[in-house]
Amino acid sequence: MSLLKTENVVMQFGGVTAVNDLNIDIKKGELAALIGPNGAGKTTAFNVITGVYAPTKGKVLFSPVDSLGVANEIDITAKKPNKITNLGIARTFQNIRLFKELTVFENVLVATHQNVNFNFLSATLRLPKAVKGEIKAKQDCELLLDRMGLIDFKDEKASSLSYGKQRHLEIARALATDPQLLLLDEPAAGMNPQETDELTDLILRLKTDFGLTIFMIEHHMDLVMEISDHIYVLDFGCTIARGTPDHIQNNPKVIEAYLGVDADVED
Amino acid sequence: MENIQHRFGAYIKIHWKTIIFLVFVLITIGLADQFVNSYIRRLLNLCAIYTIISLGMNLVNGFTGQFSLGQAGFMAVGAYTVAIFTVPIEARATIFYLAPMTPLLANIQLPFIVALLLGGFVSAGFAFLIGGPCLRLRGDYLAIATLGFSEIIRIVFTNTQTITNGALGIKSIPTITSLWWSYGIALIIIILMILLINSSYGRAFKSIREDEIAAEAMGVGLFKTKMTSFMIGAFFTGIGGGLFAALLGTVDPKQFYFTLTYNFLLIIVLGGMGSISGTVIASFIVTLGQEWLRFLDEPMAFGLDLPIFRPGLRMVVFSALLMVIVLFYRKGIMGTNELTWDFIGKKIKTIKSKFNRKKPSAQGGDSK
Repeated sequence: MSLLKTENVVMQFGGVTAVNDLNIDIKKGELAALIGPNGAGKTTAFNVITGVYAPTKGKVLFSPVDSLGVANEIDITAKKPNKITNLGIARTFQNIRLFKELTVFENVLVATHQNVNFNFLSATLRLPKAVKGEIKAKQDCELLLDRMGLIDFKDEKASSLSYGKQRHLEIARALATDPQLLLLDEPAAGMNPQETDELTDLILRLKTDFGLTIFMIEHHMDLVMEISDHIYVLDFGCTIARGTPDHIQNNPKVIEAYLGVDADVED
Repeated sequence: MENIQHRFGAYIKIHWKTIIFLVFVLITIGLADQFVNSYIRRLLNLCAIYTIISLGMNLVNGFTGQFSLGQAGFMAVGAYTVAIFTVPIEARATIFYLAPMTPLLANIQLPFIVALLLGGFVSAGFAFLIGGPCLRLRGDYLAIATLGFSEIIRIVFTNTQTITNGALGIKSIPTITSLWWSYGIALIIIILMILLINSSYGRAFKSIREDEIAAEAMGVGLFKTKMTSFMIGAFFTGIGGGLFAALLGTVDPKQFYFTLTYNFLLIIVLGGMGSISGTVIASFIVTLGQEWLRFLDEPMAFGLDLPIFRPGLRMVVFSALLMVIVLFYRKGIMGTNELTWDFIGKKIKTIKSKFNRKKPSAQGGDSK
């Protein structure tokens, strides 16, 4: 059963076609990866899915499972980013975008704001409904920070964390929105081998323990080949290959995109 | 019942220092109300009113990170609402002598507190209208747009002769604002601000200040949240404006030039964008400082007729002082910190440790 589908998505900026005819089909519970050389349009594809950009053409369809276990397909094309997050797609950013001046705990708590069922007046006056909601959000977030190994840094400013921990916090914050699909934009960028290993474990845990469907952009090929179920390869906005890691590794088009073509062979 | 008692006990235990401080403040207000002369009383009133208005501005600029300069306009709305609805009906004919007041309003007189709240709500209503187009803009553009709207409000008030008495302004407003009124309301608004900022909504405001894109990706509706902040800020400012009108007893459009907004901008920058206690401290520093430096404007300041002591020097010195403060405390006096007991304790500790470190070197005799 597919959770996220894009149908012939085209994204043009003036004369530049950043994404051309993108067709993605991510099954529920799957770990998919989007790879490609620099400037291939990977982040643009993420931005179209999360509503940052409205695609020039095409459709983005999301089928979240509601509380009764029924999946309803929703057209999320060009919806506002916060609406899409409400529906169950959370994301992290390529260049970490934490709320730097806020504490680790506050960073995660912000993500629960979308679920508030009380208005600002009852929040200010601390009416029972608001107090109850606040307590529940705080408990949930503490639990989450504990699971993510960040509970010891709870009251520290986000900017004071180490780089690796900041990446973890960004993932924790995305999880706090209670997503069904998690989009990770280069989670291992700038990490040393040890941090990358930790991250690999974490992503696998997200898949198994949290039951999340994950779609990630990544340049660390070891990481991608090790854990993904399905890989999409983009080059100049076009999908040049899709399939299992084994399939991708031996695909001549992919090798060509990454390594270039030998001048002699081309003839 | 026992639970409530228990919670009350716990509350006292945590906040006893604050409660003692509040009692101290109340006693001070009481004493001031009895014993100080009207000049100082007016200054103290202004401090409280500027605190209220600056808090409203800090909510939008400091906590939500939206650079808005419409403060003078919202203040005018609050001030005029109080003026229109509290001026005695008998006096209206003489005040509106060029054109009589519109019959819709001519016979309505409201109690001060109702008019004050109404001023807040009308101001928030204006914020709603202005926010629609303006809050879609960012940074400097928002500042210019709100500045423009504040001027529009002033010019509209100058020309609605039958409602606001135009350029003549409204006189004989009952001067109800006393130290109890201004400090009472300031205290309520400070408490409301603290509660709001430490709620889920406060965190949403701050997340927008920190990173709009990330906030939106975390499910915070940008427009709605900004609008909430903008309207609450305008509400506070309207209340402040209402108190201002009832302090002076007269309003006219010239009081609400956009330069007035810079006063509040100064206060929040000096106090710290995103600090409630900083705003309160800076309101006092700016309001009192501008008054106490007045001796510089007099030609015979130090018993000598020095050519530089001329009207205007006060502002030169004041600006220089501000530059010094901004140079050394780039984020304002408080930054985004709050003056909590923990904060004071930590400060005292660092100062103490500095002294302890200096002692051995002083014994060595190589430094002061």
